[in-house]
Amino acid sequence: MSKYFVTIGIEMHCEGSKTNSKMFSPSKNTYNDLSNDNVCEIDMGFPGVLPAPNKKGVEQAIKMATVLHSNIPKYMYWERKNYYYPDLPKGYQLTQNPPYDCIGNGGYIDIEREDGSTFRVEIDNLHLEEDSAQMEHLYNTSIINYNRAGVPLFELVTKPCLHNADDTVLYLEYIRSIYQYLGISDADSKKGQIRCDVNVSISDDENSLGTKVETKNVNSFSAVKDVINYEIERQSTLKDQGRYNEVEQETRRWDEETGTTVRMRSKVDAIDYKYFVEPNIPKIKIEESWVEEIKKSIPELPYERKDKYISKLGLSDYDSRILIKEKKTSDYFEKCLELGIEPKTAANWIISMILGYIYKEFKEIDEIFLTPERLYKITEAVKKGTISSKQGKELFNLVLEKEEEPEKIMKDEGMEQISDDSAIKSIVEEVLNENPSQIEAYKNGRTNMFDYFVGQVMKKTRGQANPTLVKEILTELLK
Amino acid sequence: MKYMNLGIEELHNLLKSGKVTSKELIEESIKLSHEVQDKCNAFVTILDDAKETEVTDNLLSGIPFGVKDNYSTKGILSTGSSNTLKDYVPFFDATSYKKLKDAGAVMVNKTAMDEFGMGGTGTTGHTGVQKNPWDLTRMCAGSSSGSACAVASGVYPYALGSDTGDSIRKPAAYCGIVGYKPTYGLISRYGLFAFASSLDHCGVLTRSVKDAAIVVDEMKGKDEKDLTSWDSSNISLKDSLNGDIKNKKLCYVKELCNIDNYDNPSEELVKHLENFKDKIELIKKSGVVVDEVSIDRKLLNAIASVYVILSCSEATSNLSNLTGISFGPRGEGSTWEEQVKNYRTNGFSPLIKRRFVIGSYILQKENQDRYFINAQKVRRLVVDTWKKLYETYDAVILPVGVGPAKHIDGSLDQLSKDDNIQALDEHLQVGNFGGFPSITIPGGFVNDLPVGLNITGKCYDDANVLNIAYAIESMMDYKNQIAKEVK
Repeated sequence: MSKYFVTIGIEMHCEGSKTNSKMFSPSKNTYNDLSNDNVCEIDMGFPGVLPAPNKKGVEQAIKMATVLHSNIPKYMYWERKNYYYPDLPKGYQLTQNPPYDCIGNGGYIDIEREDGSTFRVEIDNLHLEEDSAQMEHLYNTSIINYNRAGVPLFELVTKPCLHNADDTVLYLEYIRSIYQYLGISDADSKKGQIRCDVNVSISDDENSLGTKVETKNVNSFSAVKDVINYEIERQSTLKDQGRYNEVEQETRRWDEETGTTVRMRSKVDAIDYKYFVEPNIPKIKIEESWVEEIKKSIPELPYERKDKYISKLGLSDYDSRILIKEKKTSDYFEKCLELGIEPKTAANWIISMILGYIYKEFKEIDEIFLTPERLYKITEAVKKGTISSKQGKELFNLVLEKEEEPEKIMKDEGMEQISDDSAIKSIVEEVLNENPSQIEAYKNGRTNMFDYFVGQVMKKTRGQANPTLVKEILTELLK
Repeated sequence: MKYMNLGIEELHNLLKSGKVTSKELIEESIKLSHEVQDKCNAFVTILDDAKETEVTDNLLSGIPFGVKDNYSTKGILSTGSSNTLKDYVPFFDATSYKKLKDAGAVMVNKTAMDEFGMGGTGTTGHTGVQKNPWDLTRMCAGSSSGSACAVASGVYPYALGSDTGDSIRKPAAYCGIVGYKPTYGLISRYGLFAFASSLDHCGVLTRSVKDAAIVVDEMKGKDEKDLTSWDSSNISLKDSLNGDIKNKKLCYVKELCNIDNYDNPSEELVKHLENFKDKIELIKKSGVVVDEVSIDRKLLNAIASVYVILSCSEATSNLSNLTGISFGPRGEGSTWEEQVKNYRTNGFSPLIKRRFVIGSYILQKENQDRYFINAQKVRRLVVDTWKKLYETYDAVILPVGVGPAKHIDGSLDQLSKDDNIQALDEHLQVGNFGGFPSITIPGGFVNDLPVGLNITGKCYDDANVLNIAYAIESMMDYKNQIAKEVK
């Protein structure tokens, strides 16, 4: 911990992945492995093209701004941010330029810590812009993929109101899940859908602000945490040594390999983006009735689900927190409930078995073969006593491994418990016939022999006999 | 010349009655294109393989026309008369051109222009100077120089132009023809190479008001690709031409039209304004009210500066797509910065680069308030002043330019002149500031060279403006005139 007062502000860019088309062109907005396939003349800035904003993108931004308690302007428009770079085909990016009207102005969101305490994050603005193309730099050449050019991009900027890495990451995780819950984005950092710019400064106390240092394009939350801690350490050390004047208002980047931030440019060299209002898009009037309609379509949000899981379903705070973190997980859980799996049972299976599996296999919960419907079959079999709970776990693994229906595997593996009275009776009789001396001992008071007989029956049936039934029949026959 | 001096309706009737075929018209138009190319250098591309089309009930079917080279035409070279795009063949059509193509109209050439429309002379394109068919030592004015030259020379009845300051209406005047720039958004700009988006308009050059109405009726319409376009399906310009303007009221601006406002006026200017007065008298005789109105000189003299500021700013951003990276020949260099720099340095003419420097300077953070924002405010003041006139008057009628076509020699794209002269030379820019419908018609002669009259009305009132122009046109003898070389 630094002895200095730390102030953090964060800009989070999230690619909108849930519109059919791009933000200002009719090109498809889908994840595409084939480079330069989701492209039309507008995305590549050919002469004569004009932008036409995507209404759904605007609606999504209004949804997000609502959840963030931001002020939504009466009119929406875009500005051109002018600069040259090979990934920017038009030579300018359509964006919004605070403090001028963004789709969300001001606002806040409350975040819960694991210990149940909460803190408030003040929002500066939310703006809706277009993404640039994607560049890959090879040894002596660079290649450009325009699939990403023009994809909707939501940029959420906080005020300098955070004070440590853990809170910052909690905030980011919660925002990510909101993007997922609102159906705006998969918010998947593996697909590069999330990028953060991290601003860190230190000062002697909370009444003063130090020199702000920005680290750009940090693409995972764990890296955000590392950047913050590294910067606190770096700046504190300089301050300790009386060299705080060496902390400059500058832009740095995170170097994953060395685990350090590296200077890119000083703020003095900041680019003048020559912003001006995009003349080709008439101002869009945001009618209050439209906002009201959009508000109504906002679904249950993560904290609401969490509260429901705790109060209505009786789950623990810990389990609920895990379930809501990713919308897909929570949706899987809700589907399980819909099918009739007991909440506690479903939660246990998901938390102890499924999340471990997808984490290990780098899979998505909505992609695995073990759908809620198949999980339901497994839990039903255990519940009815058709298989033991130990077998349930085996079945779980086999379903994932073989990608076959649970019923088929139970049959193939001979897993079904023998619950047929007569079948069990004949095996019990067999065991008793083979062990006359043990019967003798039992009848002479060695009651622990009872467990021995049960064990023998289970052995003969390779564990498939229903133990309750075995016990009943044994008691009957030993009378 | 057998047919290409005729108007659209006449040609249509000839085609319908079988007296001539589309093939014959196109052959004649291509032949004339080559003649005019040799004489005036009007074209970037002549489409020798243009094919006839079926003659339908559409007035434009089977008839040849020209397209300014800043319209994107699929599969056909579209250079914007710039070296940066000298080999650029687009893979998509401009919406308005596509509409004409779908109507059966046949494009026979792409016309030369000032580079990307940034010039008023027709001398800055990468294929050289366009000469005025009335006098080869004079310019056509620009930027739709090739289109004006070709229509005036009788290559075809109409050609498409674009107008950001006066680029249709000034060349029309210098070449003695009609140039019409409709209300902003009546015609989709999709596929028109952007110069200054808030001022850019598509339009047409013809030899009669009726032909202008017929062509724009076909080009117009709401386009989902251009959000500034609007639904005009209830407007038929051609059907609105009844020639009845009995109760119409016009006005002209004293500060621009009175010769006493100019120090040492040239002989041409004196005659030009005298001719204007004569034409006003002629119109008045028909019973139309034409009043003289007064507008603050300061405001009038600010118009040209406001135009330079706004158009250069938007242009510098609009043309930032020309880097040679995503299309166009890649520039030389070992880094992308060098490649872009070389591409742009070698590709653009010095005049354009000068405009980019001005635009860039104006948009700099520290200069925006002083220049860009102030210019926008003055734009608004000018527009409001004209709107105020439209509360009383149907249209403002003014002379175009300071006389007939200027000489090519010594006529570089100079952005500063005597303020009062400049105000007269550049007032058509008001039509772009307000997006007003504005049409130039031939208005007589000065020293045997044509001069123009401009009629500008209020937004969405295109039908009324065209009808006034139609009526005034019929009071004079210049309808359908073809350029006659006088020198």
